[in-house]
Amino acid sequence: MKSVRWIRTLIAGAIIALSSLTGAAMADSIKIGSFLAVTGPASFLGDPEKKTLELYVDKLNGEGGINGQQVELTLYDTGLSAKEALTFVKRLISEDQVDLIVGGTTTGETMAVLKEIEKAEIPFISLAGASVIIDPPKKWVFKTPHTDAMAVDMVYRDMKKQGISKIGLIAGAGGFDKSCMKNADALAAGAGISIVITETYGKGDNDMTPQLTKIKNAGVDATLFCGFGGASSIVTKNYAQLGIEAPLYHTHGSCSKGFINGAGDAANGVRLPCAALLVADQLADDDPQKSIGLEYIKTYTEKYGGDISTFGGHAYDALFLAVEAFKRAGGTDKAKVRDAIEAIKNFVGVDGIFNMSETDHMGLSLNSFKMLEVTDGGWKYLY
Amino acid sequence: MKKPTVVSRYAGVFVLATVIAVLPLLLPNSFYFDVAINGGIAAIVCVGLNLLIGYAGQISLGHAGFFALGAYSSAILTDNYGWPPIASLSTGLFVVGLLAFVIARPILRLKGHYLAMATLGMGIIISIVLNQEVNLTGGPDGMPVSAFSVFGWEVNSELAWYWIVGGSLIVIVLLALNLIDSAVGRALRAVHGSEVAAQVAGIDSTRYKILIFVVSAVMAAYAGSLFAHYTGFLTPSEGGFFRSIEFVTMVVLGGMASVFGSVIGAAILTALPQFLTVFHDYEHVMFGLVMMLTMIFMPKGLLPSLRNWISKNSL
Repeated sequence: MKSVRWIRTLIAGAIIALSSLTGAAMADSIKIGSFLAVTGPASFLGDPEKKTLELYVDKLNGEGGINGQQVELTLYDTGLSAKEALTFVKRLISEDQVDLIVGGTTTGETMAVLKEIEKAEIPFISLAGASVIIDPPKKWVFKTPHTDAMAVDMVYRDMKKQGISKIGLIAGAGGFDKSCMKNADALAAGAGISIVITETYGKGDNDMTPQLTKIKNAGVDATLFCGFGGASSIVTKNYAQLGIEAPLYHTHGSCSKGFINGAGDAANGVRLPCAALLVADQLADDDPQKSIGLEYIKTYTEKYGGDISTFGGHAYDALFLAVEAFKRAGGTDKAKVRDAIEAIKNFVGVDGIFNMSETDHMGLSLNSFKMLEVTDGGWKYLY
Repeated sequence: MKKPTVVSRYAGVFVLATVIAVLPLLLPNSFYFDVAINGGIAAIVCVGLNLLIGYAGQISLGHAGFFALGAYSSAILTDNYGWPPIASLSTGLFVVGLLAFVIARPILRLKGHYLAMATLGMGIIISIVLNQEVNLTGGPDGMPVSAFSVFGWEVNSELAWYWIVGGSLIVIVLLALNLIDSAVGRALRAVHGSEVAAQVAGIDSTRYKILIFVVSAVMAAYAGSLFAHYTGFLTPSEGGFFRSIEFVTMVVLGGMASVFGSVIGAAILTALPQFLTVFHDYEHVMFGLVMMLTMIFMPKGLLPSLRNWISKNSL
């Protein structure tokens, strides 16, 4: 019995001792806070984001930090819970007293914290996709990934080039899928595209043959798939199995090697817009995104191995936009840093070239997207 | 075992009220208030859930469903239809109460694993509806909720929320204690002990089980409604399976059939992940370790085990 009591005391003591350690922060450093979905259903996004941030903060400090100050990264794992995200943001702001926040792997987590961010008046760069985050623009909120609306726009332009006008749409039940579908509808008329059939499938479905059969029978010129994750591979496989001749388009939700691995040979011929990072080695030598992309790929794979993803790229860009802003502001004054981010122009990141403005808090234009085609199980850069 | 007297019963409430009253003086900033408020909200759910699990002996793995229904009723009626928050809250409670009443009879006829399965299914159905009804709920990406206001007074400071949640918790604890110490409570404990024996003694066990199921569902819905207005943003994960498990874990950790145990369990499980972030990558390992050690050394739950230990050592 006595040993049991000892263990209890030890545990209690350890918890108290460790929790008091958190209070001890380095003085006079630039503090960047982050909350990411490192574990949970979105870990394939959050994990490379975390690795990228940690890797480059270490690298920055090795090179002398920003403005001669060391950078301190405080990172919390939300496990994809909006509630946790909000708690961690409050913690970053009031307890850790960070100077800037980078984070919010998904749209849900990001939207949950916006009110708190605006209330606390702290610069925030989100890593989530949906356009709703920055449209309408919010004073303290920025983001790095391309929006779903841009992906649809890019796909429509490519379709017009191929002389396609009648398309079918297939989408899932997820938030990104729905948002993408809405944008596809809204942009169709202006682009001269008519959507003759829209089919949806449920969350967790693993056979989309019925929906695709209807699309096949509707006699479309091409099909656009709005979605990401495992569904990308299934839709592509079913599409090939049905022998549909019309070309299949995806959005940037499929810009990962996992999609090609899952779909196998069926993926060949799929066209999709992605960040230049995936095809950095194929870009023209004078493309400003080539060297930065290659550099990132080299640094990341040297440390962690495996394949890079565009999601880590979003974190990379967010971090270096912040670094640039700290440099320009010459310190950590929140209002000055915010103004500095908004004033950033022609900033080359792995996602593209950022031109921030008062009305555009993402700053990427369509030409930062590259049109790719899957060829022989790899990415082929088209234009 | 000593029979709890009126004095000792309210002594607990007094201690809880004192802790709630003094705590704001010790909390340095809004982050700690946030943890305290989330802990309080979880405690309200757990006190209700413990009535069902600890006293009536019926498991529910779908209580987050009720929590989320309360939350989304408030959110949808207030934000999509412009109702005053207090009216949305009351409507939400009524709807959840009604729903719980309707499904209680078929569900509570099941026992053991089957009951667990049925409540699990119910929670998952609610979660699917919240995910799919995009026009109403915003789907998987969630929806914003406006601040809580009563007669034009808007609650938007952490301190105000702290008092609202703290006050609610005390009232809920009082309600629970009174319920346990009434004829209903004694009937429930008889049902827990042996349902057949209780029926032989003339207790309409079905009626009491339904009653307690509805009461605990309404308490969860109330907590959900507070949560919706407090956080200002809802996602369907609040009604998910893992959230339900979290609530059950809080009840079991704090101690089954112990009202204050539920409060302590909820407080610890809300605060613990925040303190464990110092372990970075080993956070989840540490969390599991703490849970395992507690269950090994204190199988009855924190509060009952501590109470036994203190009475054994001090006398």
